[in-house]
Amino acid sequence: MKKTKSVLLSAPYLAWMVVFTLVPLGVVAYYALTDPATGVFTLGNLRNLGMYLPVLWNSIAYSLVSAFICLLLGYPVAYYIAHCRQTAQKFLYMLVMLPMCMSFLLRTLAWVGLLQDTGIINTMLAKIGLPRLRLIRTPAAVVLGMVYNYLPYMILPLYATLMKIDRRLIEAAEDLGCTPVQTFCKVVFPLSMPGILSGMTMVFVPAVSTFYISQKLGGTDTVLIGDVIERQFKQGNNPNLGAALSLVLMLLVFVCTGIMNRFGGGEEEVVV
Amino acid sequence: MSKELIRLRDLTMEFDGERILDGINLYINDHEFLTLLGPSGCGKTTTLRIIGGFLTPTSGTVTFDGETINDVPPYKRQINTVFQRYALFPHLDVYDNVAFGLKVNKVPKDEIDARVREMLEIVSLKGYENRRIDALSGGQQQRVAIARALVNRPKVLLLDEPLGALDLRLRKDMQNELKRIQQAMGITFIYVTHDQEEALSMSDTIVVMDKGRIQQIGKPEDIYNEPKNAFVADFIGESNILDGVMMEDYRVKFFGRVFQCVDKGFAPNEPVDVVIRPEDIDIVPVSEGHLVGTVTSITFKGLNYDIIVEFKGFKWLIQTTDFHAVGSTIGIRLNPEDIHIMHKSAYSGMFGDYSSYSAEYDELTEDAGNEED
Repeated sequence: MKKTKSVLLSAPYLAWMVVFTLVPLGVVAYYALTDPATGVFTLGNLRNLGMYLPVLWNSIAYSLVSAFICLLLGYPVAYYIAHCRQTAQKFLYMLVMLPMCMSFLLRTLAWVGLLQDTGIINTMLAKIGLPRLRLIRTPAAVVLGMVYNYLPYMILPLYATLMKIDRRLIEAAEDLGCTPVQTFCKVVFPLSMPGILSGMTMVFVPAVSTFYISQKLGGTDTVLIGDVIERQFKQGNNPNLGAALSLVLMLLVFVCTGIMNRFGGGEEEVVV
Repeated sequence: MSKELIRLRDLTMEFDGERILDGINLYINDHEFLTLLGPSGCGKTTTLRIIGGFLTPTSGTVTFDGETINDVPPYKRQINTVFQRYALFPHLDVYDNVAFGLKVNKVPKDEIDARVREMLEIVSLKGYENRRIDALSGGQQQRVAIARALVNRPKVLLLDEPLGALDLRLRKDMQNELKRIQQAMGITFIYVTHDQEEALSMSDTIVVMDKGRIQQIGKPEDIYNEPKNAFVADFIGESNILDGVMMEDYRVKFFGRVFQCVDKGFAPNEPVDVVIRPEDIDIVPVSEGHLVGTVTSITFKGLNYDIIVEFKGFKWLIQTTDFHAVGSTIGIRLNPEDIHIMHKSAYSGMFGDYSSYSAEYDELTEDAGNEED
């Protein structure tokens, strides 16, 4: 009786998952494993993947660098918020969330306006007599776009983990002779590991598959795997190759999160 | 006795304008087992945290070995703490928890190993080195916490309600264990508890606190036998507290009758509080009684019966091994040494009347102490 009830209650979500996740996944797998012209089963699409390996590495490298920068920037912020008074915490939390209320596209376009050759920054530089800089269409601009867009995804899980660390553990470390720096290294940092892994994953996963950021802020040397996939569906008119690339990317994300979970000692699962 | 180690002078502590400690003066000797005893919110944990360095007093000084240490951070003090609910590091196993302080202080590896193993043996946790903390029972965690603190050979060990989370049986065992360790290692223990029995059985000195003030300092026997005011008399054990008048030395009048007592040094006709412990009262046939009363309730307590007896509208608690039916009339005798006289205080009239006595009384007072943070 109880079991049927819970099945009934979860039925809408299960149906949603089947229709909008499992079925499309099947479609992706079908396209990835069939020939574009004849529609018969083939591994040919996957054979072409070698060509795109450099782009794939590019994507992973950019995403990892962005995730680490997010960690370096986000950790102190999360630590600070977690140690504020209750009311201040709520306010700061809201500030972190605020950019997420704005359209992702708009936020990225705003950076274009800032960075482009005739953009706000370069116009200002010219006004005070300094040479214009090449800001847009650089790897740095792509990383900047990723860090800017995904930083809240790093701060929030870190904040949640740091909040949960028992004050008395910090006192216990001090009591046993730890300086504040030692307390951080030996107690706070190891205990915040689940938050770090969770934040890294939440930045890495969307960053590795993005195409908009690299298209708007990057140049020809910063093509990411997301761009390639998008191109197969739009200009390239080769959805089978696009599907194969998507499938590989998905596997890659699974492997990456799996490795991160292993790092965490399996104590607390990373939330994706 | 041994030399003075810690002294608290005119200590006050305020949080958000609320006074938590109000003029604490106290010295603690080397090798002493001193207990801060009081109900929830009396300031005992705050006092302990000031000694540990986790709080800085609003005013007053803390001296350690003659030096003022008000602003010395915890990690520079030769003091270790066993925290309430232990605060063990969940990411480390038993061994690494115990070795934590030694590693931080860069003790050579061989010595760390020897000391950790020795300490685990002392707290009977040999063989648990690689256990995870969450795989231990409450009593085992408690012993890891003690080992983690003591392995550093501190001059002083602070213990904040260390046995509060354990069941009664384990608590009794650990009380003996702690006392044994304290004597064997010759370390000063400062122990915080709301459990008067624990305080009486373990301490060299008890400091009874209430409302941020020290109510009485003394040896367990003195605290029990010679309470200074109605609060102490009521908090430590059970007490019947009556209004009386001290006629002259050794003579006190209450219930319209003059009794012999062993107290002196009061002003002539000074109004006083009279304490009579329920276990000191002798029940006698009505004809031989100093006072005659009616039994209104009886509760079996195992060791004895708690009976409530009404004398002229005032209810007393008497502990007796004999059964007395409700409604029966009994006589009581009070010997001079059974009567203890106290000066009137702010607590007079607040305690010692068993008119509202019920069987849940003990449980209620126990629970109240567990809420302390």
